Amino acid sequence: MPINVLMPALSPTMEKGNLAKWLKKEGDAVKSGDVLAEIETDKATMEVEAIDEGVLAKILVPEGTADVPVNDLIAIIAAEGEDVSEAAAGGAPKAASNGAAKPGAKPDAKPEPKADASAANQNTTPGGGHMGYERVNAAPEGAQPGGAPQASTGGRVFASPLARRIAKQEGVDLGAVQGSGPHGRIIARDVQAAKASGATQAPAAPQAAEAPKAATPAPKAAAAGGAPAGLTTDQVKGFYAKDAYEEVPLDGMRKTIAKRLTEAMQVAPHFYLTVDCELDALMKLRETLNGSAAKDKDGKPAFKLSVNDFVIKAMGLALTRVPAANAVWAEDRILRFKHAEVGVAVAIDGGLFTPVIRRADEKTLSTISNEMKDFAARARAKKLKPEEYQGGVTSVSNLGMFGIKHFTAVINPPQSSILAVGAGEKRVVVKDGAPAVVQVMTCTLSCDHRVLDGALGAELVSAFKGLIENPMGMLV
Amino acid sequence: MSDTYDVLIIGAGPGGYVTAIRAAQLGFKTAVVDREHLGGICLNWGCIPTKALLRSAEIYHYFQHAGDYGLTAEKVGFDTAAIVKRSRGVSGRLNGGVGMLLKKNKVDVIWGEAAVDSAAQGNQPGQVTVTETKRAEAPKGAKGAGTYKAKHIIVATGARPRAIPGIEPDKNLIWTYYEAMVPETMPKSLLVMGSGAIGIEFASFYRTMGAEVTVVELLPQILPVEDAEIAGLARKRFEKQGIKILTGAKVTKVEKGADSVTATIEGGDGKTQQITAEKLISAVGVVGNIENIGLEKLGVKIDRGIVVTDGLGRTNVPGLYAIGDVAGPPMLAHKAEHEGVICIETIKGLHTHPMDKAKIPGCTYCQPQIASVGLTEAKAKEQGFAVKVGRFPFAGNGKAIALGEPDGLIKTVFDAKTGQLLGAHMVGAEVTELIQGYVVAMNLESTEEELMHTVFPHPTLSEMMHESVLDAYGKVIHT
Repeated sequence: MPINVLMPALSPTMEKGNLAKWLKKEGDAVKSGDVLAEIETDKATMEVEAIDEGVLAKILVPEGTADVPVNDLIAIIAAEGEDVSEAAAGGAPKAASNGAAKPGAKPDAKPEPKADASAANQNTTPGGGHMGYERVNAAPEGAQPGGAPQASTGGRVFASPLARRIAKQEGVDLGAVQGSGPHGRIIARDVQAAKASGATQAPAAPQAAEAPKAATPAPKAAAAGGAPAGLTTDQVKGFYAKDAYEEVPLDGMRKTIAKRLTEAMQVAPHFYLTVDCELDALMKLRETLNGSAAKDKDGKPAFKLSVNDFVIKAMGLALTRVPAANAVWAEDRILRFKHAEVGVAVAIDGGLFTPVIRRADEKTLSTISNEMKDFAARARAKKLKPEEYQGGVTSVSNLGMFGIKHFTAVINPPQSSILAVGAGEKRVVVKDGAPAVVQVMTCTLSCDHRVLDGALGAELVSAFKGLIENPMGMLV
Repeated sequence: MSDTYDVLIIGAGPGGYVTAIRAAQLGFKTAVVDREHLGGICLNWGCIPTKALLRSAEIYHYFQHAGDYGLTAEKVGFDTAAIVKRSRGVSGRLNGGVGMLLKKNKVDVIWGEAAVDSAAQGNQPGQVTVTETKRAEAPKGAKGAGTYKAKHIIVATGARPRAIPGIEPDKNLIWTYYEAMVPETMPKSLLVMGSGAIGIEFASFYRTMGAEVTVVELLPQILPVEDAEIAGLARKRFEKQGIKILTGAKVTKVEKGADSVTATIEGGDGKTQQITAEKLISAVGVVGNIENIGLEKLGVKIDRGIVVTDGLGRTNVPGLYAIGDVAGPPMLAHKAEHEGVICIETIKGLHTHPMDKAKIPGCTYCQPQIASVGLTEAKAKEQGFAVKVGRFPFAGNGKAIALGEPDGLIKTVFDAKTGQLLGAHMVGAEVTELIQGYVVAMNLESTEEELMHTVFPHPTLSEMMHESVLDAYGKVIHT
């Protein structure tokens, strides 16, 4: 696939620059590290280096052109074995998965620390940033130690120089290593132990290379070689005026959410199944059941079922009715469960918890309802025990109370699906050839394609819909 | 009488008293038992008094070479009794200091011979019986003989000179370090059996003071634990000073005369020779003091004279611990101290790790001094490392030249793969004060990068440490 050469940004704030000089002509062979052109701003002159090999097929912006906007296509390189004239004519389709090809090439790239800043803009532009810029995520080879992959953490990792070097050499992700040195510092023996246990291999290039084959590739993940560092603090701050924002430090929950869900989107190939469920029967049953609840001496009912309680129960039963979907991905195998564990997202101030209702298939609606009330109260007080929010096969995330009609949710690892539940609202639908007003709730199941294929996911969704629309089935 | 302690330590050597102070800091009710001297061999008959003797020898040597520095020193002489008196005075002062430290930390000192009757079982504390000793008078305020109870008993009884059958020390003609430290007169000739740190230090001292010295070493190399290249350089210097060195040689027989000994020495080639000297110093190592303290009775696991521990001081008998020389080599004061602290912090429940013995430095205070840490080049290769070796000679260092000490070498051994500093080996002036720079680097797990990026002050001998690292990576400046 031809490679687009885009106008690079020399600093996070640069918007345009001058193309001072082309150092290669059309038809020249280029290899990684070759200087293609010189770019000027009012502050500096920088070189544009090639990362990939090929032939410079076409120069689109002649030298001496002033004020070339950042990310404009300035040249096209025909990759090895490609027809130069064809590449020159067509160019690479914008937003093609250029990035996916990067991980292999990147380690070969020569370090060019000055390119750091320019990476910011490049990486934010899908399909852009091909030449000499994405490399910033890779540590300069042989320079300061400390370039070990740190995929799992955003913060600084404290590790001895030797530990860092061994981690880098052995491909151990320092972010996943427990330090045993003073103040939790990671020392060499921790890295060796982690390596021996094999539990903390940094996501390696092969994984990234496989990504494009998956149904829904995540181009960003692949582009970053499985270890996306994203923009640095300074790069992000560079985009905004200093007095435009206040800085909010990250607490542990925010870090965990960021880490886990980023990982989920990169690792688990998501696809989405949306279905409308009619609620009239369920609303009626709910009213009857709530009305029949025994009352204590203060007149307080023993339970008060919510729609969400029915959703939890329905997911629990649906999972046991479609046993193949009651499973999670475990790297080299699939774990299939007997009972259904259904997590329920509970929004709290500054984040969310997902306590898990165990055996949701077996529990009565009133048990689930009361358990949820307890979970929600304790989640808000941050009093949940880890074992109460760990595990689960699926989760339910309900934004109906905000009037949200439809949304998709990110799977919470290691679970294999998550149900995004919208508001129950009166809609006009066609029934028996005539318009009718019914209460409808739109639900979208995000599925991990490694575990659930489309048909299997659809089977699960359809079982769920059946239970919601015929809720008496949940009572027996 | 019976007192119950949290921790009772047998032996007030460097391992024992340091452990006692740390125990007190951690809030333990602590006692330490000794039969002879606070501070142990190290402070009374080892490390410290020999440094005092060697300092006298060093200054004497400088006086003899005053002319080299443009100075005049005439009628240079020495007074053996005064040299010994100074050395004893240094020990005495520090010995008193240990007593004060223990008192300040509210550690009870118990005077006498201790034997463990039982280790703690369940809620029952262990018991130690202390009997009177005639070896030395009890320091002021010490408790006496009796039975004492303790939840945790730490054995820190140290070591004593090893004796070779047929060549047993007699305090007269065949000396150990005890006698060698307090000579009444300087012997005119001396035979030193063993070329470890003790043997070589005495050889160096007595040679400087004018004695004809012969060193006999069984192994093919003097200073057998040191790097071969460093030991070889040291040997050349010793021989230049007039010390006669026989390696791969064994003393097979010693005949005592009226005021001399005649040793039969068998060389590696099978040839024998006889050497007569006024005194013979037996410096063939030390053995742990594991006898008569009740260990056998309790079933404490012992392997080749060493109490077996788990690296955190715990023996196979719960409630009973061992640190220092009795717990195995290297039999060095600083190892004992560190091991003691690890042991007591483990008892306290703090997060501890066994000591990494590859990072324990060793120093020998002969002229020239020897200092080392970690693996020798040969050991590193033996363990399968591909190594990068750096060397820097004293002759390339400005400060060394200015000091008039142009002989010596600093050698570094790196793992070529990871850049880990595996070992450092030095011979030359003041190297015993330099080595800890590398020890810190090793403990911080520095690679060659950090060492190269460290700024060493100029002009110092320490610059050679930098240059040695640079040399290992082909970046040395001053050679």
